[in-house]
Amino acid sequence: MGKPRKEVSRRAFLKGAGAAGAGAALLGAGIAPPKGPPVLKKKNAVSFELNGKKVGVEVEPRVTLMNALRNHLDTTGPKNACDRGTCGACTVILDGKPILSCLMLAVDADGAKITTIEGLAEPGKLHPIQEAFLDADALQCGFCTSGMIVGCKSLLDANKTPKVDDVKAALAGHLCRCGTYPRIFDACLKAAERMK
Amino acid sequence: MSKKVKTKWGIEGDVKDVEVSIADDDVEPWGYDAKLAVVGGRHRRPGGDLIVTGRAKYTFDVNLPGMLWGKILRSPHAHAAVRRIDLSKAKAVAGVKAALARVQVGGHVHYAGQEVAAVAAESEEIAAEAARKIEVDYDVLPHAVTCEDAMKDGAPKVLENVENVSGGRRPERERGDVEGALKSSDATVEATYSTQVQMHSAMESHGVVVRWDSDAQMTCWASTQGTDAVRGQLAQYFKLKRSNVRVITEFMGGGFGAKLGPGPFGVIAGELAREAGAPVKVMLDRAEEQTAAGSRPNSIQKVRAGMNKDMTLTAWDIDAHGTGGVGGGWGLRSPMIYNFKNVRTKFAQVLTNAGSSCAMRAPGHPESSFAVELAIDELAAKLGLDPLEVRRKNDDHPVRRREYVVGAEKIGWKNRPRTGSQTGRVRRGMGLASSRWGQMVSTGAEVNVVCYADGSVEVQSGAQDIGTGTRTVLAAVAAEEFGLKVADVKVSIGDTNFPSGPASGGSVTANSLAPAVRLACDALKKEIFVVAAEELGVKPAELACADGKVAPAKDPTRSITWKRACGLLGGEKMTRSGKRFENYKGYTEEIGGVQFAEVEVDTETGVIRPRRIVAVHDCGRIVNRNGAENQVAGGVIMGLSYALFEERRMDRATGAMVNPDFLGYKIAGPLDMPAIEPVLIEMANGRNNVGLYGLGEPPVIPTAGAIACAVLNAIGRPVRSLPMTPDKVLEALES
Repeated sequence: MGKPRKEVSRRAFLKGAGAAGAGAALLGAGIAPPKGPPVLKKKNAVSFELNGKKVGVEVEPRVTLMNALRNHLDTTGPKNACDRGTCGACTVILDGKPILSCLMLAVDADGAKITTIEGLAEPGKLHPIQEAFLDADALQCGFCTSGMIVGCKSLLDANKTPKVDDVKAALAGHLCRCGTYPRIFDACLKAAERMK
Repeated sequence: MSKKVKTKWGIEGDVKDVEVSIADDDVEPWGYDAKLAVVGGRHRRPGGDLIVTGRAKYTFDVNLPGMLWGKILRSPHAHAAVRRIDLSKAKAVAGVKAALARVQVGGHVHYAGQEVAAVAAESEEIAAEAARKIEVDYDVLPHAVTCEDAMKDGAPKVLENVENVSGGRRPERERGDVEGALKSSDATVEATYSTQVQMHSAMESHGVVVRWDSDAQMTCWASTQGTDAVRGQLAQYFKLKRSNVRVITEFMGGGFGAKLGPGPFGVIAGELAREAGAPVKVMLDRAEEQTAAGSRPNSIQKVRAGMNKDMTLTAWDIDAHGTGGVGGGWGLRSPMIYNFKNVRTKFAQVLTNAGSSCAMRAPGHPESSFAVELAIDELAAKLGLDPLEVRRKNDDHPVRRREYVVGAEKIGWKNRPRTGSQTGRVRRGMGLASSRWGQMVSTGAEVNVVCYADGSVEVQSGAQDIGTGTRTVLAAVAAEEFGLKVADVKVSIGDTNFPSGPASGGSVTANSLAPAVRLACDALKKEIFVVAAEELGVKPAELACADGKVAPAKDPTRSITWKRACGLLGGEKMTRSGKRFENYKGYTEEIGGVQFAEVEVDTETGVIRPRRIVAVHDCGRIVNRNGAENQVAGGVIMGLSYALFEERRMDRATGAMVNPDFLGYKIAGPLDMPAIEPVLIEMANGRNNVGLYGLGEPPVIPTAGAIACAVLNAIGRPVRSLPMTPDKVLEALES
């Protein structure tokens, strides 16, 4: 038998769940977990910078960042295609790194700097990646496009001269059922050229 | 009333002067040598800017003031009678505004995932929590979720009072003497080929937002391939006038055949919205989408086939069955394009306690193609014949004949190794497969074209763009007619307030609408030429539109701008509509399509890696070149995903689907891509004033067959079961 398991009370578990759970996910992505007291309230005031503007929402702990953006802030660029991190459609850039917003709790985004697809272009102009997608016709239904473009942006932020294998690796977690992958690779490489 | 016109139609190397009879009101078709400024070029998608900036609103994105979220409770059992449904605990959850039962007490559920009850609440999270608090008592009944289990003696009835198996006792089709032909053939093959249940897996799930605008009027945003179908069925269900139901699908995230009506979730949303007095959004989550929203049926095909040394296809005897779940819908198209001299087909449909099938991109075709193409290659291998020569000998379709030549050249068919001659660990092979599709059309489809006083132009259609680039086709045709650019034409679609367009199925959308656009433009040009002629001092019949100007065709230096001409019409705008006439004769009346695949097979791991796929297709007049190439490559990717990765798995004991998610149900991803080369045959086809036909389905048909034939070439053994996973390859190698 051996030593009895250390008893964890439900309250203690819930106390740690938000920060610890999301923290583990963030550590995996190389991002330091947010500091601050654990959240227990039914509604929690969360604020972060969204596409350059400070925004705030009041959410239950169980609301994902994806749903805070889509349902509470009418920021529907990031899409809900699987809600469990298997398709990439909900990708946003948080504190400089691409994350799957469906796998993060909104309460853990407090104080973060978030960019969604809506925040890429300057007013009245398209981002070169967006231009490239249109020129290469790198979309059909467009539901995966937000995630793909944000994924490309993250790649090009880190690597200004990618090869096609770099693009494939960066987008490996993004699904497209219409089947536009090769055109997306072309668009990303085209954008990299133009952004040099 | 009709008139005769002269035109040229055909493909390179086979252009014919012909005379066709067209409707009096129709415009002359664009012939082979038509000089077109916009049509056939490469254009950016109208509406694409909204998509790439995240501003395009799909049904999933629609957020209305006061909107509630609906959540459906689904049966965990594959077969059960419902004894009790208690909604009270769900209704007691704070934030819940409506709840309903979908099954009566005493009623039955027939698959795990079937709708049982639903709630609407103030947030997605509360709705999900409340749905879990609905109490349902079931009397669990025996189920059968595989064909085998449903066909056994004494199998439980999948549906009450209906036999599990229908058909299969007598042949559907019988020609000649199959037994005699098999006996006397130079080579025969006798084998079972099987294909799997495939899920549509569109990235946007099924769903609606329903808002009651009054007791008798409703607006429904729907992720659908058929705005009119959703309107008609909602009107019928809720006993509303069709004029009082509006369906909006401005953008939608893929359908592939599964989204052709409001579905149970649509009427559930309507009921919840009515009870709650607030709009309700019901969007399926991924597990629901993969379980309860349609599928391509499977097939088990017992085949006996024969071929002679002179490449004559002597005999085809097929005894096949498969399941479309509780809803049926199973069917094959065997033996596809091939005319075997002696044929017998027997088909049986099996009901199983699983989600119902739905039409999926070229229903019956990919599954039939895989089996017949592989069987023919097995016969060819036995006789030492070139599979390409076998196709060429047995196919007189003028466009496919060209496609074989073009494709063989591009893939480098002359470098194809002899089947089974390789010995290394990684072996390369090539294969090909062909396809056919009908040039279907939705006659009577209408569009509006509007010219505004400032020269801006709009095309309006109630039809939807499911990703195929409908908007681009409509804009390109109008731009061509008016001498404008695609970017000058606004396209408003996906709203039943606009003229009725086709449902997007059967590859009909572009070809049903484009000719109607020409007619509407023609009617507007008649009006514009009258006022422009007066301004220029010429006769209207002398005028033409080009480069943003209206000028005499023979003297373009005397011109007024398009903008000025529209201003001369007087009034804020002028609207004309065009209607799709019937097709007339054409160069071909059957769509072709041939694909060549080159694969590598690792004989130690069993992994098949496609290296190149050359996909040669035809769509008549190419209107949107980017869109057409995109469509072909997209079909190839879905085809290779079907060939290698996808499969619905049912657990026989619990009756549940075990992989209703993207982890366990694998669709092709970025790392799975071979080099894909779409090639479009340039042609003028006649049949309508644009001469285009559909391309949505053909490119998904031959891919699995081409890959399977390439694998046979590489390893000398057939893998006769889809998906061709490594275990099956290793088993074939050991056989």
